[in-house]
Amino acid sequence: MIKFVLMVNRQGQTRLSRYYQPVELRRRAAMEADVVRGCLYRKKEECSFVEYKDFKLVYRHYASLYVVVGITESENELSVYELVHNFVEILDKYFSRVSELDIMFNMDKVHIILDEMIQNGHVVETNHTRILAPLTALDTLAHS
Amino acid sequence: MSDVVEKTLTALPSLLSLDSQPGKLSSTSKLGNLIRGITELTSKHDEEKLIQRELVSIKEQVSSPNTSMRQMKELMVRAIYCEMLGYEASFSYIHAIKLAQQGTALDKRVGYLAVSLFLNESHELLLLLVNTVLKDLQSTNLIEVCMALTVVSQVFPKDMIPAILPLVEEKLNHPKEIIRRKAVLALYKFYLIAPNQVQHIHNKFRKALCDKDPGVMSASLHIYLEMVMEKPESYKDLTVSFVTILKQVVGGKLPIDFNYHSVPAPWLQIQLLRILSVLGKNDRSTSEIMYEVLDESLRRAEMNHNITYAILFECVKTIYTIHPKAELLEKAAKCIGNFVLSPKINLKYLGLKALTYVVQQDANLALQHQMTIIECLDHPDLIIKRETLELLFRITNGQNVKVIVEKLLEFLRHSKDDYVTIDLGGKVAELAEKYPFQAIFSNLLLKPANCFPSFCLCDCLATGFESTEDDRQLRLLAVDSYLSLLQDRPAKLPQRFLQVISWVLGEYSCLKEGLEPATVLRLLAQLLDLRHSSSETKSWALTAMTKLCEGPACVSVAQELADRHCGSLDTVVRQRLHELQHLASHAELRVRALPRNVGLAPLEVDSSLSFLDGFVSEALAAGAAPYKPPHQRREELAQEKALSVEPYGLSLPLSLSSCSIAERLSPTVLSMSSSLSGNSNELSPKGGSALKLEGVRRVWGKEGYLAKTEVAVKVEEMAQMEVPCPLSALQEGGSASQAPIVALTTPGPGPTPTPEADREKQRLASSLFVGLGSQSSTGPCLMGKAEPARHRFRRKVKGQGSSSGASERSCDSASSCHSPAPISAPSAVENLLCSSPLGSGSTPSLADSAPHLPHDRPATNSPRRAQEDLTEDTNTGAPVVEANGMAAVDPDTRSHPYDPEHFRPSPHLPDELSGLPRSEITPLCSDASLALSACRVQTDHSSLLIVFVSNSSDSATRRFALQMTSGDLEVSRVSGGTGPEEEQVEGHSVAVYQYSLVPTRPSVHMELAGLASYQQRDGEPQSTRFSYTLSLPNFIRPLTVSTEEYGRLWLASSNDTKQNLTLLGESPDPLRATLDLLRDKLQLHIVDIIASEGIVACQLLQGQPCLMHCRISAGCLAVWLRSPLPELPDCLLYHCQRALAEHLHGVASDYA
Repeated sequence: MIKFVLMVNRQGQTRLSRYYQPVELRRRAAMEADVVRGCLYRKKEECSFVEYKDFKLVYRHYASLYVVVGITESENELSVYELVHNFVEILDKYFSRVSELDIMFNMDKVHIILDEMIQNGHVVETNHTRILAPLTALDTLAHS
Repeated sequence: MSDVVEKTLTALPSLLSLDSQPGKLSSTSKLGNLIRGITELTSKHDEEKLIQRELVSIKEQVSSPNTSMRQMKELMVRAIYCEMLGYEASFSYIHAIKLAQQGTALDKRVGYLAVSLFLNESHELLLLLVNTVLKDLQSTNLIEVCMALTVVSQVFPKDMIPAILPLVEEKLNHPKEIIRRKAVLALYKFYLIAPNQVQHIHNKFRKALCDKDPGVMSASLHIYLEMVMEKPESYKDLTVSFVTILKQVVGGKLPIDFNYHSVPAPWLQIQLLRILSVLGKNDRSTSEIMYEVLDESLRRAEMNHNITYAILFECVKTIYTIHPKAELLEKAAKCIGNFVLSPKINLKYLGLKALTYVVQQDANLALQHQMTIIECLDHPDLIIKRETLELLFRITNGQNVKVIVEKLLEFLRHSKDDYVTIDLGGKVAELAEKYPFQAIFSNLLLKPANCFPSFCLCDCLATGFESTEDDRQLRLLAVDSYLSLLQDRPAKLPQRFLQVISWVLGEYSCLKEGLEPATVLRLLAQLLDLRHSSSETKSWALTAMTKLCEGPACVSVAQELADRHCGSLDTVVRQRLHELQHLASHAELRVRALPRNVGLAPLEVDSSLSFLDGFVSEALAAGAAPYKPPHQRREELAQEKALSVEPYGLSLPLSLSSCSIAERLSPTVLSMSSSLSGNSNELSPKGGSALKLEGVRRVWGKEGYLAKTEVAVKVEEMAQMEVPCPLSALQEGGSASQAPIVALTTPGPGPTPTPEADREKQRLASSLFVGLGSQSSTGPCLMGKAEPARHRFRRKVKGQGSSSGASERSCDSASSCHSPAPISAPSAVENLLCSSPLGSGSTPSLADSAPHLPHDRPATNSPRRAQEDLTEDTNTGAPVVEANGMAAVDPDTRSHPYDPEHFRPSPHLPDELSGLPRSEITPLCSDASLALSACRVQTDHSSLLIVFVSNSSDSATRRFALQMTSGDLEVSRVSGGTGPEEEQVEGHSVAVYQYSLVPTRPSVHMELAGLASYQQRDGEPQSTRFSYTLSLPNFIRPLTVSTEEYGRLWLASSNDTKQNLTLLGESPDPLRATLDLLRDKLQLHIVDIIASEGIVACQLLQGQPCLMHCRISAGCLAVWLRSPLPELPDCLLYHCQRALAEHLHGVASDYA
């Protein structure tokens, strides 16, 4: 199961965080910094999966952003690795060429997209059209 | 990776760069300002100030009545942002609910979003959301219904489920798929948080599973996975449905937009595979339903993309979880092999993970990849290393434990991560407890400066072993070594280790006679003076001193210490000092507070101090002042300045009891539990589970360590023996020109840099993988085929008394060297392996020649029968060097063409046996000078095993002894080796040993384990193990009876087995042809054949009969076997099937 999804830039600043298992607010920042440190300094040819405490991290690097997912032992690492890519593809589709700024300034929308994909730590939808449907409906409503 | 993915991946980074499209952003917004402000900051302090300001401004605005919902939405996003950075914005929670309630469209959605981000399940404000959700669920606006369902499936108060459940259920029938899907997900959430609430609507889940929309169906799978995991037996009937769904998905029946990089719905496939694995676990009939679709999944997932690998991984896991099927296992194993060997690091990791999962069922798979595993051990990437260690941990056995523990400790030495240290430390402790091995303890005790995780050591010491004398020895060893460490230079030791030393000395230094407690006390006291000692270490030292403090000398040391350190700033240290001082002067109290030699027996603590009730009431009645808490008391007394600042928790009576409990356990239990904050359940070394030492062999004796060192030595010896230098072998063989061929035929694991390093690795491999697989056949089935297949077959025989053709045939193909595989074509490597001579490098001449050359066979009186029987046996009579994973893997030795014939004296049969039918002489094992080979000879009433020991060196081999043991056979020596135990084998001669074998109980194959020990001229004593496999037909003899006798025997026997066999259809009289074939191959006696029925009889050597009644029915040969021995019919049936299968697949031509 997925424990959390983080989007962090190269400087280690959190751009998005979503927890699927309760973590106290005041402990989050320290943990995120720790988690990011574990991924940021890894070389490109190294494994995209890292052990962190009693769970694992799957990370993927896109230009200035890192997407880091915390998963339990029973989860399939490679499928989560591809899930991250699926997520980024969808963001790319929605923002038509997504950049870090899009994510920063449209945090709410990124969250809405993510909510369609992952709930309670499980992958609930991966179909691009269906994931974007509620958000685009809201957008058309706002424009009309 | 496919081109498509490659392109996307390279394209994306440019898309995600910061400055791609500056025009898209609303740079004037307040959120923009906030973000920009934060990005520009450099220090954490500035960030805090900025956020606090931001929060104040948000707070002002949200509570203003003039704020529009639009603005409110923006404020919420800013609040979310602040919380994301770790600053609480709890004042905005209620406004988030308000926004969800009053906003429209996106504003409302953000309100819900904020609620789901801010509030957890148990937050009381969540109750305020229920009405909003209720209203939105009833809305005619689908978008609002959607939002409500989304938030319900994320966060909802458990108690309010009944309020909305009917509405959600109603949505299950909604015409729109998205509403139905979200309703299912909401029910999933309910199932997760309150399964009882949705108990009654299981039929609706079924409806969702059958929904025409794939999205709704896949949403329902989440619920099913949960339910199936909880109670697999209730959902077996759905297996067919899941299989059908998976078949459709795999077959590409879903709409194209479910594809991800042209793979149909990969995550759905993974989900289905998980469900199937739970359903098929330990359930043969359910598993059988899914074999086909699993095979299909494996086949379809051939595209070269990460996501297909993810599916493959899940598929492999499923195949190894459910009831095994040989064919699938083989494919899955191949798949794992591809992963492990992949140059892509992520796949390699996945391969290792799969191996780790699989080795518990099939250790041979690890053998197959041993060289890769060895390479991974030295991998620069830590996670690969970690996973490899995990794998090694799972394949640990008595023989390789030493090497594996060393590897684990080596990793620990460099690990800085506490979590890893604890985890691996726990594993070491587990191994230490399972295989109490001198190596482990000497490692732990004497080389612990490498920050060894000390708790396991303490636990082991404290728990002790079976014999108290062993315990004492071990503890004394620890005390001795630690005392010397302390005398030496304690400043250099790590803190953790100093704590262990303190504890061990405190507990056990009294065991050492003549050791003054004061000496120990002084040594421990110096820890307090060390500058780098942490306060934790100091407390440990002080506690240890408290335990030891006895006699006036100690009291003075304690007093001196107390004087020196009473000004310490650390309250805990001061507390301990105080205890020390106090208990030093009250010996009686000390003995009661810190009783000696209670080991791990838990102290019962009555924290309410109820046992004092009587005393208290008495005292009160006598006019004593009522109890006051210590701090109050001390304030009033205000005697000691040092004590007046102590917090309550450390007040004397409580802390005394609590510390003594903890200390009795082990020093790290305390620190562990604090550092882990209770989130690890399995790793805690505390409690009995990690330390059960029952059934542990006795390893420590009066003279110290008892046995088993021999094994370690042997392992090394083996490694040396089995990795002979190719060069020397060449010289010996006198054919240097063969060298290039050796190189060419070497199917080694890729290019190897230096032979030295390579050999080093091989040596490591041989010690790591020693003893893996079942005892005997490690050699020839290194490719992991023959042995597992055979095992599986056996299991089948037991399970249902019959066997399916496929598995047994594949077993044949794998184990027989010269029969073409009827089902699957083995890979080139396997072919190579199979066709090369088995066993280790040097093979006696007879076996070197092709297995079926007629001149090998002596003329026999009943030619056809005997020949066929015996040649068949070379399949199974594969001798192997046991305990030696390397023999067949070492490519040099395996395919070495050197022919030792010129050097070795050739074995020949004793004259009295020369006329009898016999098998070929096959090599058992050999080293530079000594070679063992064997053959079987059949007489009418016995089965003999002839072992030839040929010594090709100039000098005699002394003290040669041969031991043969078997669980299935009774082995008795007929001749050879006249001496009681040991004798000499002269140079250039062959010693012949004759053994008679009688089966004690029938089984398909019977293993014979041998141990040859000897001493070369002035050399060390050596020993080598080998094994020899015999099959049932070696012990079957015809039973000549009349039809009447047969009838009587039939009635007297029970243990029925019935089975349909293949009929040889091509001949005019199929029944007779089939029975003749069986008679010739298995030495049966055909009693009578009448029309379409026949009766056949045979007996096990000198004993029990087995009767077979055959009838032609529906194109098959229906056989019915009976025997007084329950196992015999099954085993015989196996060989019948095998004989027929071989015949049908044309193998028979080989025998002609």
